Amino acid sequence: MRKRIAVVGNGMAGLRFVEELVAAAPGQFDITVIGAEPQPAYNRVLLSPLLAGEIGLEDVSLKPADWYAAHGVTLLTGAPVTVLDTYNRSIIVENADGGMEIYFDACVLATGSNPIRLTLPGDTLDGVLTFRTTADVDAMSQFAQIGQPAVVIGGGLLGIEAAYGLARAGIPVTLVHIMDRLMERQLDPEGALYLKGALEAKGIRVILGAQTKEILGETRVESVILSDGQKIDCGLVVMAVGVQANTKLAVSAGLVIGRGIIVDEGLQTTAPNIFAIGECAEYRGICHGLVEPAYEQAKVLADCFAGRTSAYGGSVPAANLKVSGVPVFSVGNFSSDDAEVLVTRDAGLETYRKLCVREGQLVGAVLVGDTTDALWYLDLIRSGADITAFRDSLAFGRAYAEAA
Amino acid sequence: MENTETGKAVRTTCPYCGVGCGVIATPDGNGGATIAGDTEHPANFGRLCSKGSALGETLALETRLLHPEIDGQRVTWDAALDHVSSRISDIKEEHGPGSIAFYLSGQLLTEDYYVANKLAKGFIGTPHVDTNSRLCMSSSVAGHKRAFGADIVPQCYDDLELADLIVLVGSNAAWCHPILYQRIQVARAERGVRVVVIDPRRTATCEGADLHLPIEPGKDSVLWNGLLVHLADKGLVDWRFIGDHTDGFPEALAEARGQAGSIASIAIETGLNGIDIETFFSWWSEAPKVVSCYSQGVNQSAQGTDKVNAIINCHLATGRIGKIGSGPLSLTGQPNAMGGREVGGLANMLAAHMGFSPADRSRVSRFWQAPNLITDEGLKAVQMFDAIADGRIKALWVMGTNPAVSLPQADYVRAALCKLELFVVSENVVSNDTAAEAGVRLPAAAWGEKDGTVTNSERRISRQRKFLPLAGEARPDWWILSEVAKRLGYERYFAFESVSDIFREHASLSHFENGGTRPFDLGVLTDLSPASYDQLAPVQWPISQPGASGTERLFGEGGFATPNGRARFVTVRMPKLAAEVNEAWPFVLNTGRVRDQWHTMTRTGLSPRLWSHISEPFVEVHPSDAETMGLVQGQLAEVETASGKAVLRTLINEGQAPGSIFAPIHWSGQNSSAGRIGALVHPFTDPVSGQPEAKATPARISPLGVAYYGVVLSRVVPQIDDLAYWARSATSFGWTTHIALREGPTDWGAWSKTFMPDGEQVSFEDPSSNLFRVATLNSGRLEAVAYFASKPELPSLAWLASIFERTDLTANDRRSVLAGRPIEGLADEGDIICVCFQVGAHRIREAIRSGCNSVEDIGCALRAGTNCGSCVPELRRLLSDATSVSLDAAE
Repeated sequence: MRKRIAVVGNGMAGLRFVEELVAAAPGQFDITVIGAEPQPAYNRVLLSPLLAGEIGLEDVSLKPADWYAAHGVTLLTGAPVTVLDTYNRSIIVENADGGMEIYFDACVLATGSNPIRLTLPGDTLDGVLTFRTTADVDAMSQFAQIGQPAVVIGGGLLGIEAAYGLARAGIPVTLVHIMDRLMERQLDPEGALYLKGALEAKGIRVILGAQTKEILGETRVESVILSDGQKIDCGLVVMAVGVQANTKLAVSAGLVIGRGIIVDEGLQTTAPNIFAIGECAEYRGICHGLVEPAYEQAKVLADCFAGRTSAYGGSVPAANLKVSGVPVFSVGNFSSDDAEVLVTRDAGLETYRKLCVREGQLVGAVLVGDTTDALWYLDLIRSGADITAFRDSLAFGRAYAEAA
Repeated sequence: MENTETGKAVRTTCPYCGVGCGVIATPDGNGGATIAGDTEHPANFGRLCSKGSALGETLALETRLLHPEIDGQRVTWDAALDHVSSRISDIKEEHGPGSIAFYLSGQLLTEDYYVANKLAKGFIGTPHVDTNSRLCMSSSVAGHKRAFGADIVPQCYDDLELADLIVLVGSNAAWCHPILYQRIQVARAERGVRVVVIDPRRTATCEGADLHLPIEPGKDSVLWNGLLVHLADKGLVDWRFIGDHTDGFPEALAEARGQAGSIASIAIETGLNGIDIETFFSWWSEAPKVVSCYSQGVNQSAQGTDKVNAIINCHLATGRIGKIGSGPLSLTGQPNAMGGREVGGLANMLAAHMGFSPADRSRVSRFWQAPNLITDEGLKAVQMFDAIADGRIKALWVMGTNPAVSLPQADYVRAALCKLELFVVSENVVSNDTAAEAGVRLPAAAWGEKDGTVTNSERRISRQRKFLPLAGEARPDWWILSEVAKRLGYERYFAFESVSDIFREHASLSHFENGGTRPFDLGVLTDLSPASYDQLAPVQWPISQPGASGTERLFGEGGFATPNGRARFVTVRMPKLAAEVNEAWPFVLNTGRVRDQWHTMTRTGLSPRLWSHISEPFVEVHPSDAETMGLVQGQLAEVETASGKAVLRTLINEGQAPGSIFAPIHWSGQNSSAGRIGALVHPFTDPVSGQPEAKATPARISPLGVAYYGVVLSRVVPQIDDLAYWARSATSFGWTTHIALREGPTDWGAWSKTFMPDGEQVSFEDPSSNLFRVATLNSGRLEAVAYFASKPELPSLAWLASIFERTDLTANDRRSVLAGRPIEGLADEGDIICVCFQVGAHRIREAIRSGCNSVEDIGCALRAGTNCGSCVPELRRLLSDATSVSLDAAE
């Protein structure tokens, strides 16, 4: 009898795990994928162009339902898992019939994360949304059709993508951010300035150092008040202030939790035969909110299941702002203290490139406006390669370094 | 205007060195002309060197002086000429004629020279007429006069092809007389002619030589005296020639024997290897035919005249003079140094090869009907500027030369110019180091506009013809001089209406009461009609008898120009440099030329391609000296003498003798911060010729400490303050300026904005490597780019010149500009579609063209879309675009 695998979560991490596994060990496992959202896994990275109306739902979709069937995978959608029984190796899935129990030999938790909602006066008004799912995009689009201005709270990756999507949909957008620069965890001050200029050039108003005090309105959002008293009229507020790992099921199952579900290099949780990957997993104190580490984890886990030797050693997180029309890439440690810093700027093309070198190794990179060579820098940082021989050409990219 | 017709080819002569190559210029109707060698000219038979070939790039008017100016204000010709003539009158009245001086140029045409000499020496009455030929040829003139009784070059260029051995003494002919060098090299290849180079430096000329003798500076005559002894001891002298046609052999030989009697003693004195000396002696004695060429290494020396005579002595002793393929041949540096000598434009000549004997004075006085004919020699160049500095000379008229750069102690000379009561320049260019100090600037006709004759190193008179209209209000020098003469009251003596009038008068003076007593005789040319003058084919003087066709060689059978018709052996004493090196000044500074520049670069400096060979003033140092002095290749060095300082780029060269350093003469204050080598040259001159010892000044050299080296490439000249060094060269797009900074600015970005043009700034900073680069672009066009580093390093300049030509610079190009070099095969990605794997639209379209027809195919081929998948919609769009394009194509 084939081993039964239950994958809880039909997001990008869950699907990638299934793809990897059916490719690595075709027909060897009896796989069931259970997703809470009503449709099969889709590409969340594309929510911004979906919101902008540049693409349709069909573009967002990753694999059609018949793909699962064709690969012998059982797919359950619109079916939240309410119970994980690690002792009996079963889960209970809530469905129209009230629930069903599924037994497994191994369970993979890929429950992702939830957007953080700020607790503010007025935070329950109609028109206060987050930006995580196609349902959120649907709701935002309805407000967008009214044409009222929007306020996006949060100047991180997600907030910028939400603001850009709204702006592209023709909505006047104000992006308010509590820090003094955008994407402060991924960008140095100058790089953030380039990004701000580029967003402003695309019609997005950016207010930095701005704390949202309250949201005003009768039943619907009418305006946002900042702590300095500034009032911004709007019909829509999008909270994009971050995500937290969705650990609810794991907590109830008694797994050890930090920021997320704690896993080892085999991506196994503190319970045997229970694994976790993607944004819900925490490895060595870090939960990643990016797709690439999730895919790395999915691959490692699929390999292990397929009987190959594989282990997860952590990811060097690289932030890639992909769909804002302003390419931004950031990886590693780019604080200037005691590092050798190489900077190129192009005021005409509005591009900025900062590289940090320590002891003959590239340790950090920030690229704004032009992300050519981003992967090369990422490889150099991840591999810890000695760059001394081509340091003179480093700032100009791989082609120069290899010709040097 | 018949000669300036568009598309009509005009035969003329190159304005650079003394080879005197024929040039065919074809005006393009837009102020320019195409340039080709004249295949019929006997100097070059169609060949041109790099400088001559680039003449077409030097005809633009941007740098030309186009109107007369007094004290920087434009005035009419009448006002300028009235001013000059009245000031000359006043100064002559108050201080006497000897307070007025003329400093002329080997670039003047013979006719211009003639009028200047006549006006000064016959009418104003000042003997102080000298010329830049003093810096170039005067030791040869003096040597010729001592040996032959007149300033005669006995040989012709054809001898270079007919000789069995050619000796190049103090001549880097490969760079300075390239066409003659090419003729020599052809003979070497075809006939096996041997070539010996005698030069302290291993120059480019040595590449085509069979033997190089790296002689110590100033010691040439010891070697030649040694050769004289060798010839006598081996019984190789021509006793018949010596007996029939010479005087002074025993005395000259006795002195030679005393100082150079053995190979060992010659080796000690000259620093040469004994075997090399023996080889040279045996080659010279055994070759049936020998031409010994000499140039500035011989002339520019405090022992220059003696060197010339030591060489000539050997030719006289063997009767190898004026023979086919045998004789001494002086190579002149200027296009018309010879013409200037012919009219008497040197302070120690009167006119037409006549001196100051009562008979000569009487003859010239009667011919010119001169009221104020001078009685004696005037001050030679170096002494002339001393007299300006101490106030004896109050008025100076400089024509076509740049003494504030080229004279020894050039800083002192420049300062002296400020003391003049009247300082007039006749110039082509708006600004040079000399003209900058002048109160009166007169726009003179330039090459291509002026009309007349020049004489080259083989006594060949060639026409330099007009093929362009006069620029602005520029006028020929002879016209300017004649107008001043008229205003001084000498109208009937200067009533020239054309250059041919002047040439006829000049030829007539050479023939006047001659009767074969003076070899310089243009008798046949005294009644040339204007049309015949215009058609005059290149001809070698003397040409005294009707029907004669010029003279290839002289003195082959004696008949020297001395009173008794016999040549004179000159007893050449032990040479000694005018100033020896010592602890404070341990190096000998040698000076010279580079291949692609000429004189102070007022013309060659306009040609971008001539700058591509060498673009900065430099000093060459032997590796061992560089090590001792801490000099590094490419870094800056400060070279100092008792007279001045220069800052030069260090070039380490094994061809440089240890203890000797070399710097080129061409740079001025117009194109460098401190590259004026004339400022370093000491003022010592040859006692006979008055020629300065420009090639052996005691000097010291040290590294110049700078924090940053830089180079700025720009369309307009950048204005940058407080530089430790700068040197600027012309390029196809504008300018290349090499600079150095004593210290780096605290804010590179802010500092660079002070001199970079407005526009989109692109920059690269790597402070821990001390690198800073900045470029300015506008609309895809590069305006300027600057590179700075703590070490001298250069971007790819030729490639950058091509970048300046473009108006469509891409993001890759902009990055390449900062990198300072192109990158082969760097595909332009186009818009990046797959951010995760950095795959651009161009590559994706290429993949689709080569067969990918699904998102999965593209993913397999390029990985695009296989990570986050956010580009998949765009990949689909590209796929459908490609499909519709191919359907369109199918229809």
